Amino acid sequence: MLKVREKQCWLKLLLIICVVLLAGLVQNAAAMTDEDCLDCHTDPDLTVEVEGKTIQLTVDGEIFMGSIHADNGCVSCHEEADVEEAPHDYPLAKVDCANCHDEIAETYAGSLHGQAIDKNDPYAPKCTDCHGKHDILSSQDVKSPTYILNVPFTCGRCHQEGSPMTLTHNIPKKNILKNFSMSIHGEGLYRKGLTVTAVCSSCHTAHNVLPHTDPKSTISRVNVVKTCMKCHANIEEAHTKIVRGELWETEPHKIPACVECHGPHKARRVLYEDSLNDKFCLKCHGNPDLKKILANGEERSLYVNVEDFEHSIHKDKRIACAKCHVNVDHQKSPVCQSSGKVDCSICHAEVVDLYEKSTHGILVAKNDKNAPNCTECHGTHGIKSRTDFESPIFARNVPDLCARCHREGEKAALRYTGSQHDIIKHYQMSIHGRGLSQSGLMVSATCTNCHTAHSMLPASDPDSSVHRDNIITACAQCHLGISEKFSSSIHSPTVSKTDKKLPVCNDCHTSHTISRHDTAGFRGLILDECGTCHDHETDTYFETYHGKASMLSGGEKTAKCSDCHGSHDILPAYYSESRLNRRHVVETCKKCHPGSNRKFTGYLTHATHHDRDKYPYLYYTFWGMTGLLVGTFAFFGIHTLFWVPRSFRERFKRRRQHSHQKIMDGDDDKS
Amino acid sequence: MENQQVEYVQRFTIFPRFLHFLVIISFLTLAVTGMALKFAAERWAEFVADIFGSFEVLGALHRLMAIVTFIYFGLNFVLMYQNWRKSGKSIMQFILHKDSMIPNLNDAKELVQTFKWFFGMGPQPQYGRWTYWEKFDYMAVFWGVAVIGSTGLCLWFPETFTIFIPGYWINIATIIHSDEALLASGFIFTIHFFNTHLRPEKFPMDPVIFTGTMPLEELQHERPREYAELVAEGKLDEIKVPPTPRWYFVVSHVFGFTALAIGLSLVVSIIYSMIFLYVK
Repeated sequence: MLKVREKQCWLKLLLIICVVLLAGLVQNAAAMTDEDCLDCHTDPDLTVEVEGKTIQLTVDGEIFMGSIHADNGCVSCHEEADVEEAPHDYPLAKVDCANCHDEIAETYAGSLHGQAIDKNDPYAPKCTDCHGKHDILSSQDVKSPTYILNVPFTCGRCHQEGSPMTLTHNIPKKNILKNFSMSIHGEGLYRKGLTVTAVCSSCHTAHNVLPHTDPKSTISRVNVVKTCMKCHANIEEAHTKIVRGELWETEPHKIPACVECHGPHKARRVLYEDSLNDKFCLKCHGNPDLKKILANGEERSLYVNVEDFEHSIHKDKRIACAKCHVNVDHQKSPVCQSSGKVDCSICHAEVVDLYEKSTHGILVAKNDKNAPNCTECHGTHGIKSRTDFESPIFARNVPDLCARCHREGEKAALRYTGSQHDIIKHYQMSIHGRGLSQSGLMVSATCTNCHTAHSMLPASDPDSSVHRDNIITACAQCHLGISEKFSSSIHSPTVSKTDKKLPVCNDCHTSHTISRHDTAGFRGLILDECGTCHDHETDTYFETYHGKASMLSGGEKTAKCSDCHGSHDILPAYYSESRLNRRHVVETCKKCHPGSNRKFTGYLTHATHHDRDKYPYLYYTFWGMTGLLVGTFAFFGIHTLFWVPRSFRERFKRRRQHSHQKIMDGDDDKS
Repeated sequence: MENQQVEYVQRFTIFPRFLHFLVIISFLTLAVTGMALKFAAERWAEFVADIFGSFEVLGALHRLMAIVTFIYFGLNFVLMYQNWRKSGKSIMQFILHKDSMIPNLNDAKELVQTFKWFFGMGPQPQYGRWTYWEKFDYMAVFWGVAVIGSTGLCLWFPETFTIFIPGYWINIATIIHSDEALLASGFIFTIHFFNTHLRPEKFPMDPVIFTGTMPLEELQHERPREYAELVAEGKLDEIKVPPTPRWYFVVSHVFGFTALAIGLSLVVSIIYSMIFLYVK
């Protein structure tokens, strides 16, 4: 049994050896080996003349052996050279890569480059122009011209500015390579060495390069988003700030294509020249007589003053007409027919979102004719940056802008039912208004600094920037130091844990009539402001010298609440930091009374003689003095009251006697 | 022409008249400027402060007139001293003399007689050189200047005074100063004005404090005891004087009426304010 098995094994082994040897023999007999080819083709003088041109036929064997095609052998491409005996006939037919790469070749034939080959364009790139010949390498090989890092150089051989190809062809984009190298993609590639960044072929494809006007092109308006999203997936998440979310779903045509904002080569700086360019629009809209008859018979001018637009911020940012007027339809004539209103939220989504929640936005949503939309404040074609002095939203112009509706008697002021009146006039006379208009301080607060530009809401709304709970934050935008000081005062909710209403900035400073704290007007107001809550203290203050004098003209000079208690740092006397604390009170009085001393500070600045329990000395002094006064007047009052009738009686009596005397005297004279 | 028939006697020499002039000027100013502060909440007080410019001007005038007050207070003692030396009496005799400014038993008698006269229960008393109400007016100035003056100094120099006295005494000084001043102005502008000028016998004013002279007939009727004594002592002719020049008479009246008008306006304002202050 064992012997039979061994015999079978040996037979099998013999069979295998025979097959291998036979196969070797067959190959040797049927084809040229690479060594055979290289025997001749390593000769540096091997040339051939074809149609008068000398063609070098030398092949560097080492390079070929390092190429991706090394294992395929020379004859896999040069089929005609596969002869029994060298040398083969020549010239050989051109290598056709399509023999192996048939799908790619078909695609390539349809591409811009392929079409150029058909047209015998001398600059049309062939496979070998990009991939090389015998030195062909895998695109994963760092030495390959198709390796990602080398793609821009490979394409650049023809597409570099000034190359013969660019000089003879009309390529709409200029400085492609230079711009690319400065773009975020180029930077990623060259500076950061990112091999995942986009190069030419990432967007244009390697073999199916087509112009952007071709709808099949990966860079056509239809497809460019898809192309970008190969890398930038979930891009809508990153654009919620400038593109309203639901537009991606409902009205994608309203969304600008990636390249409209992010220039394809000069990323984020240059915008695409759209097929519907401004010149096309201005053919009609540049005519001052262009009008539209509205349904109600009114005429509306459709003229667009190019001058206005030339100086607008949208011109600076290269925003074309069609970027805002999106509902343009090539099927219609004119293309812009009933394209509707411009929706600013296409680009300014976040801002419009805020605006829609504001009083202005809410009223516009209710179709209130008086409510302002974006253009009311920002203008239309002449829209300017807020840093432009001419812009209606430039700081100095904001009060006038708001005044258009909010000045007393204007439409917004008419529907307003609150307590703030003449706000524009008051603002202009306020420290903020005068700072802005008279001192030319552009950091002065204007309407929008407090009310915000797009989220204006009535102060009663908890979301309003001027609501009680938010006003300190609003003021702290500029007056941070004060707000920090205030936060450690007794009036701050962080110090006083109370249900009582604590004062906020505008309770003392007012809102629109705000003035310097050292003006007579403001100093006169302090007592009223503090008295709103501390009425007992102000009432008793008015019974003392400071209070009485403060009511007379020039009285702003006497000590007001804040002079002794402090203003933003106000604290009760039992706090050691308080100005009225034992440690500081002498100094506090010294501000006005240089001779202030410990006993001097015992003067009762809020004394009343009506409170027997608190101020018994004053109470009894007052009633003692009153007793003296009443007693004296009572006695002399009675004295006088009785004197008057007696006096009159005496007078009458005397007059009677007098006239009687006269009669007697007269009688005497007669007699 | 009729005036020439009227005989005049001297009642006040130039010195007491000058002192009373100082009293009028200072007292009116002190009252107006002080009351404007006391009733600062009132419209009329605001008006007064506006006329003067500011409360600081009121304060400055008030202090200036306080100095004038202290001056006439001092000069009054000079006058007393002169009168004493002229009388040739001892100091006690001078003080206890029936014509002295110090109230005495006779004044009490005359007060009782006066009330009897009011009710028709007796004749008008035979008043002498000084009636009891004139003496009260005079003594009230002593009391008033002392009280208002001392508390006023406290308020003027609180920082100095509080070296010795507690701070709340300044509050007490304020009450005393202000209420005593209310009493003084109230008294002068009603009782004194009535007793001296506005009562039917004297209406509308008695210019004697300005001119220093009064008709002899008036002396006979108003101060019969003094007249009788002068006649008895044979001194009547000594005090007879020519009538006051017309221009001086006119100036006296203009000045007197102005002072009366200011005082009466102020007292009306005060009464008005007091009513509304406490009715409120």
